Amino acid sequence: MSRVWWAALRRELTLIWRAPADMVQPLFFFVVVVSLFPLGLSPKPELLALVAPGAVWVAALLAVMLSLDGLFRRDQESGALDQMLTAPVLSVVPVSAKLLAHWLLTGLPLALVAPLLGYMMQLPVAVLGTLMMSVLLGTPTLTVVGAIGAALTVGLNRGGILLAVLVLPLYIPVLVFGAGVVRTAQDGLPTDGLLAVLGAILALALSLGPLAVALGLRISAGD
Amino acid sequence: MWKTIKRWYHQLGSPVYFYRFSSAVLPWLLPISLVLLAVGLAWGLAWAPVERYQGDSYRIIYIHVPASSGALMGYIAMGVAGLVALVWRMKMAEVMLKALAPFGAVLAAVSLVTGALWGKPTWGTYWQWDARMTSMLILLFLYLGIIALQSAIRDPRQAARAASLLAMVGVINVVIVKYSVEWLQTLHQGSTLKVIGESSIDDAMKWPLLISMLGLWLLYAANVLMRARTEVLNRERRAGWVRKLVNRP
Repeated sequence: MSRVWWAALRRELTLIWRAPADMVQPLFFFVVVVSLFPLGLSPKPELLALVAPGAVWVAALLAVMLSLDGLFRRDQESGALDQMLTAPVLSVVPVSAKLLAHWLLTGLPLALVAPLLGYMMQLPVAVLGTLMMSVLLGTPTLTVVGAIGAALTVGLNRGGILLAVLVLPLYIPVLVFGAGVVRTAQDGLPTDGLLAVLGAILALALSLGPLAVALGLRISAGD
Repeated sequence: MWKTIKRWYHQLGSPVYFYRFSSAVLPWLLPISLVLLAVGLAWGLAWAPVERYQGDSYRIIYIHVPASSGALMGYIAMGVAGLVALVWRMKMAEVMLKALAPFGAVLAAVSLVTGALWGKPTWGTYWQWDARMTSMLILLFLYLGIIALQSAIRDPRQAARAASLLAMVGVINVVIVKYSVEWLQTLHQGSTLKVIGESSIDDAMKWPLLISMLGLWLLYAANVLMRARTEVLNRERRAGWVRKLVNRP
């Protein structure tokens, strides 16, 4: 079982590594969207610091969502997805490896870049660590929950916009808590409790999410 | 008691039995719901006493509260139907899930509109990002997501199963959204909405509210039964009993 998992993980990482555009584009999207805010609002530092938590978080969750649209599509077109579902292992095994690989190469870079963008948005330096921590704890949830939507829409032609309609309402708790943590840190209040809630949501998503993704893939394949 | 429930569950799982059962129930359910709704609304809108602080504007409660509770219950019912459909592969649960969505979405929209109209004279604004209003807006989004997903998938069984999974995830989401906005969004703006508890409403105002609430719930149930009957006929159109039913003069 674990050998299959490692093999699946290596396959996913190799695939993404050989087509680095898939990995770089969400990151690029993230940076571009956040830099639109100072241009559109006004470069006033106090205003930017006020909207920064929400702006960074909205950009991050859009980046994750857009990157998920192709998560299963290529495997479906090549037939690898059907192999995955008919293989004599639980489909959760390769699915969870796939999710981990996707997060490592899209969610994690977002978290690493977030402090830089926070700084550009005039967030105080003391808050940047909290911002990174919140994105680090929030993006895996976004990946797993979004993958449920991607699994359900994999066979449909107009996946993109439908995926957004299905998934964005499900992202709201992460957005509220994620941006809330940063705002709380800006106010100088302790953030442990809210970070713990983000962690709790992550634990829930990690324990039930991969099962739901696997089930969604089987539903899309017509059982 | 338990045995009766189990027998009901199995009988209503059969499309033929469900069709016959609903044919017997609907002619009663629909008129009763309409009469209750008419009595509750007329009583509430015309005869219930005027509220001390809000004057007549509070009367929108007789539409607002039934619609909100109906929308919330409808979504939870969809989550339960989704669970039954996925775990026991019960066809009627899939049908029910599909039938529950449209009226529920309409109720969520009615709740938002009446809430906005009520908010203007009492709070001075049509919209505020208050915890309850935000939750209801998300609920409307979730309803629309279910409807969108169902209409995007052509095969009815696959569409229903996909919607089942989404509804179950959605129910978990609604609970988390409710707490997230209660803890964080109200932190910055103070609570603007006071929940009317059972004890703080006078009997003369409570009874018309309860009657119109019951009326609307029954109307929802009748709507679900009617939609489910259409869906059953469509799905079973090749079955012998449907052909016999349709060919009968």
